[in-house]
Amino acid sequence: MSDTAGAATQGEHHAHEDHHGPQGLLKYIWSTDHKMIGMQYMFTGMFMAVIGGFMAYVFRMQLAFPGMNVPGFGQVSPGEYNALVTNHGTIMIFWVAMPVLIAAFGNFLIPLMIGADDMVFPRINRLSFQIFFLSAVILLASLFVQGGGFGGAWTAYPPLSAVAEYNQTNLGSSMWLIAVALEFVAFLLGGINFITTLMNSRAPGMKAYDIPLVAWMIVIASILFMLSVGPLIAGAVMLLFDQTLGTGFYDPARGGDPILWQHLFWFFGHPEVYVVLLPAIGVTIEIIATFARKKVFGYKLMLYTTVATGVLSFFVWAHHQFIAGIDPRMANIFTITTLLISVPIAELCFVIIATLYGGSIRLTTPMLWALAFMAEFLIGGVTGIFLGASGADIFFHDTYFVLAHFHYTFFPIAIIGTFAAFTYWFPKMFGKMMNDTLGKIHFWGTVIPFNFIFIPLFILGLGGQHRRIYNYQHFPELAGADMYVLRQIATIALLVMLAFQLVFFFNCIKSWMSGEKAGRNPWKSNTLEWTTESPPPHGNWPVDEMPNVYRGPYEYAHPDREEDYWPQNEPN
Amino acid sequence: MIERYLAQMSTYAGSIDGLILLVAVLVGFWFFAAEGMLFWLVWKFRERPGQKSQYLTGTEHHIKRWITWPHALVLVCDVFIVIGSIRVWNEVKQTLPEPDSTIRIIGQQWAWTFQHPGPDNELDTPDDIFTVDALHIEVEKVYHFKLESRDVLHSFSVPVFRIKQDALPGRSITGWFEATMTGEHDIQCAEICGIGHGVMAARIFIEDAGQHAAWVAANSNSTTP
Repeated sequence: MSDTAGAATQGEHHAHEDHHGPQGLLKYIWSTDHKMIGMQYMFTGMFMAVIGGFMAYVFRMQLAFPGMNVPGFGQVSPGEYNALVTNHGTIMIFWVAMPVLIAAFGNFLIPLMIGADDMVFPRINRLSFQIFFLSAVILLASLFVQGGGFGGAWTAYPPLSAVAEYNQTNLGSSMWLIAVALEFVAFLLGGINFITTLMNSRAPGMKAYDIPLVAWMIVIASILFMLSVGPLIAGAVMLLFDQTLGTGFYDPARGGDPILWQHLFWFFGHPEVYVVLLPAIGVTIEIIATFARKKVFGYKLMLYTTVATGVLSFFVWAHHQFIAGIDPRMANIFTITTLLISVPIAELCFVIIATLYGGSIRLTTPMLWALAFMAEFLIGGVTGIFLGASGADIFFHDTYFVLAHFHYTFFPIAIIGTFAAFTYWFPKMFGKMMNDTLGKIHFWGTVIPFNFIFIPLFILGLGGQHRRIYNYQHFPELAGADMYVLRQIATIALLVMLAFQLVFFFNCIKSWMSGEKAGRNPWKSNTLEWTTESPPPHGNWPVDEMPNVYRGPYEYAHPDREEDYWPQNEPN
Repeated sequence: MIERYLAQMSTYAGSIDGLILLVAVLVGFWFFAAEGMLFWLVWKFRERPGQKSQYLTGTEHHIKRWITWPHALVLVCDVFIVIGSIRVWNEVKQTLPEPDSTIRIIGQQWAWTFQHPGPDNELDTPDDIFTVDALHIEVEKVYHFKLESRDVLHSFSVPVFRIKQDALPGRSITGWFEATMTGEHDIQCAEICGIGHGVMAARIFIEDAGQHAAWVAANSNSTTP
């Protein structure tokens, strides 16, 4: 495979180069095939999700039954507790949501959906995964060094994160920071690839408005990431200097300012929410269009709304800092911008819901996940308004209400959205259908307990319970029996939910080994990835069968046509 | 809404709870409308044999208004929430009333030190009363607090007052509160501050005038820590 942009669209030398790829096991490690890299990201991300889930299990057990010997872990000390919550957050956002939703599905889907044979820069793509893998190894290693893993929360506010005396994890905090910075480098490389590929490698005839929305969403997310991550990388380098060289960027005694980090972090951190949200919305809209047999309600409206959301997301960051000691007048400005962003987000939700109107809805497993994404994300969305309103945030800041709110956004995004995408494209990835009954058992066994985890946490937040406290016995108002009951409901629901994930893994293996053959287009969908074999060969299509595009991706139930779908590559 | 879970003990607790109620009503309406619409559509347009779905592009004006009108209404709701929010923010954080008394609150790993003004009601005079993890105030008096930190970030939070403010090293942040009822309540540290974050608890003792005067008299000879 060549690194030049032209080669990715139409390559005569494909057949020639395919023989030179790495053979045997090496093929899985040194492959430059976008599908293989996508799988690498996916399985690394899922492995990290299992670790992040195990951490949640350990600290939820400690919260519900303080001081207990947690099976598989043992007693949880305050330092371990802090390291667990810190790394749970870090892993779930940077090593699960991003690699799976953006990197795995971006890699797998973008070339297939736009009719290209690979990414524009396949070797950069491989480098991206290798750096990502290294960052994951460093992060996991940081949990086992002397002093333990970093425990200053995933936001890593200095001076706690900057000074070893304060955080007592000298090595752990530096390794955590290096891992995060490397992970950003990996995604920058991946993002450059996504953007360039979408721009340059589309199949002949595919105009901007013929691109499937999920490909747009992943690319817009990559652009947001590229624009926002610079300040944070700079901030991370300064923090690393503070930790290791004793500089004083964030030390007020030497002219620094701890709030500077918060601005740099959240200037990245808020767009980051949309970086992971947009791919999930894209996945949802693809699935809903396919299984409602409906054209997306207002393609351009959706696209422009997404761009507007992305632009606005750069002007809201200080709503994380209302009570951090910034000038109080700033809160008013950021309240206005934050509430404004509810308008495009509401519009995205309306468009998704409106797409169902007039459809012929099939409740397959992927469709259930997509609908659940919408239903659950609405809870996350509306509870965000409470926190964006500065006056209400004075009370809610850093309570469990905040925690429940962002889990109602991130869980639908990173878990429900991922399962939606995974079950929908599983036939394309592995050539086999997933078992629908097992899929539905797994669906209900995940979504119902999820609500029982986080609704009690909303109530605890209303009761004034703050975050990141390993044991509430020192706070008489939080140590009441009724509060422990709520914590125990949440923990038991988590155990139930984790148990049901075994069904998913079992279903994956069973379907992969002995599932029904999927064929090219099991869902009767329009987009290009369904026009090739399942799984697609190296190069995606035979050289002389590269698709041409004649129409948009959502021509379902077109009145001029007998069939209720109309693949993008069919001349008429 | 919150007062069912947590008492309102400060003059502005009612304003904050009122704002939360306003937001709850407005977003609650949209939430139930959207969820209701979602479930209704899924039921109404379920697959029926032999029936093709409709071909709607969502660009015709009479169809698009199903999106544009709700969208404009969301903006109207936002305006109400912004106005309510700014008013409450202004009351709690921006416009401080004249104080009857001023205290200093110092966070450090992992305890709160409270500097009370003592019998002369002046801060930073020799008769100041220092306590650790116990703040004594008088009910129905306006207090200013000067919030400081000796090491990392902390956050001074009194849930029954609804007040919260981060403490920063190198800076002194002024805030205020006025208690409306006597009683004894939790002070929490709301910003992770290291291994001892979970034990950084303190209590606030809200006393009537007589009790408070007695406490001041009994402790006015305490020495600086």
